[in-house]
Amino acid sequence: MLLYLGKRITEILVTLVGITLLSFFIIHLAPGKPTDVLTDLNPKITPEARERLEKYYGLDKPIIIQYLMWAKRIVKLDFGDSFSTDRRPVWEKIRERIPVTVSINLLSMLLIFLIAIPLGISSATHQYSLYDKVTTVGVFLGFAMPAFWLGILLMMLFGVYLNWLPISGLKSMNYETLSAGGKIIDLARHLVLPVFVSAFGGIAGISRYMRSSMLEVIRQDYIVTARAKGLPESKVIYTHALRNALLPIITLLGLSVPGLIGGSVIFEQIFSIPGMGQLFWMSVMQRDYPLIMGLLTIGAILTLTGNMLADLCYAVVDPRIRRR
Amino acid sequence: MRGIFCERFARNKLAVTGSILVALLFLVALLAPLIAPYEPDYIDRYHVLEPPGRLHPLGTDDIGRDVLSRMLYGARVSLSVGFVAVGIATLIGMIMGAVAGYYGGVADRLIMRFVDVMLSIPSFFFILAVIAFVGPSIWNIMFIIGLTSWMGVARLVRAEFLTLKSREFILAARAIGASDMRIILKHMLPNSLAPVIVSAVLGVASAVLLESSLSFLGLGVQPPMPSWGNILTAGKANIEIAWWLSVFPGLAILVTVLSYNLLGEGLRDALDPRLWERR
Repeated sequence: MLLYLGKRITEILVTLVGITLLSFFIIHLAPGKPTDVLTDLNPKITPEARERLEKYYGLDKPIIIQYLMWAKRIVKLDFGDSFSTDRRPVWEKIRERIPVTVSINLLSMLLIFLIAIPLGISSATHQYSLYDKVTTVGVFLGFAMPAFWLGILLMMLFGVYLNWLPISGLKSMNYETLSAGGKIIDLARHLVLPVFVSAFGGIAGISRYMRSSMLEVIRQDYIVTARAKGLPESKVIYTHALRNALLPIITLLGLSVPGLIGGSVIFEQIFSIPGMGQLFWMSVMQRDYPLIMGLLTIGAILTLTGNMLADLCYAVVDPRIRRR
Repeated sequence: MRGIFCERFARNKLAVTGSILVALLFLVALLAPLIAPYEPDYIDRYHVLEPPGRLHPLGTDDIGRDVLSRMLYGARVSLSVGFVAVGIATLIGMIMGAVAGYYGGVADRLIMRFVDVMLSIPSFFFILAVIAFVGPSIWNIMFIIGLTSWMGVARLVRAEFLTLKSREFILAARAIGASDMRIILKHMLPNSLAPVIVSAVLGVASAVLLESSLSFLGLGVQPPMPSWGNILTAGKANIEIAWWLSVFPGLAILVTVLSYNLLGEGLRDALDPRLWERR
């Protein structure tokens, strides 16, 4: 088990270096210098000042040296200062937004789990029934649904026409005056739509995979044996079949982490949620280069952590993996 | 073989629906200048944010442009981004997968590690970051989507090559002295095309989705060029007063993506002999 863990962690570190290298190089090779943002809009800037700025950010050195300089600093989580007017350290700006994005993503993963797995199982056990057909159509629609459109439609329905739910932000104006219970309810009311929107695509995908994985498992001999022993159907499905059918789903959940994190740009933008995704969008709009690199790296670290957690779960439930 | 394929495809109602819809979309995109009631940039100053009606079948946007006309021209944007992006992705994926699968060894390990790296970057973050630097435009979007979505194809081609490599006809080709290039291009690639075609069709669907998300965020196709995504940006801004600005373009994206997905799934069923026995 320890050996397996060690191997995985090494692999992940190698991947992380690869990711940072790749993003660093592509961003640097692209036309447009990061200091353009600081200099273009300022008519008073002289060529000398421009040069000084470039030197300050190390832009006059060879690219490989720039990467190493940058890498040395990010090990200490020092991503430099943001280019935006507040000039705050990048890590500080990201840190205060991580909890929001991570908790929304965890909630939506939980929601995916709670809805998609039972949906997939029941679809598989009632294969070709009307119910199965209806869910299949639903899944196809779910795959094709643009997340941002779903967000807008739900906002329109529940926020504008029915006026049941707030349509932007995390907290109401009077949040501070609410009681503890009231605060939780207020947060929950703000979170319903964003969490549902970010989970929606995942629900469609995972339930589909759950269905096919379950279909494969219930055709196997040991399930026939379990039925032949006279076990009740619920026990056959939920104890014997489910364990094996869940294995591929765990990997899949790990693989869906990058999508969820990337998707947070969209739903945080739609619902004006102050998370990493919104920060990323703003940093891209302002070409705030240190902030973009910081967010890209943190996003990759979060993704890899998610992958590793999925691997660990996999190793816990499947003893065969541990011995590899 | 071709007979079985056509028969299986024709029997799959959803797949046929998908292909008809795709054909219709192409027709609409091609004929946009003929069927659009207005020029996409024509501004009707007296009918700003007008609900659907006789003059403007799907209403007008926040500066008085006809939504239907803009959507028809938007179809061109969507389809061309989808096709060019997928073309680029498929080409890169085939080359990477072929090299990895055929030569194995160090090349294989390097390429597959690279694929892993690409897959574990939150690709939406990555795409946005690149756009921040190269600037948003329809051409950049096509290239960036293409350059970030070839990994699936590479894996497919590699897997096909690994099984093909030890097949007798490949050994025979090698025995008569065919060059590596010839074996790859003439014998192995044609035999691994089926899954690549399926994934390309499904890839168009996700490229269309991606383009519309980017345009919606203001980082894709730039106004005044119409795109379903950037019409929706105006829809979101006027969410409280103009439902038609949000509903119709979104529906167009949904239908387009859905039809490509149906077509792709139908092709998969018809092309994969392993699925023929079931049902």
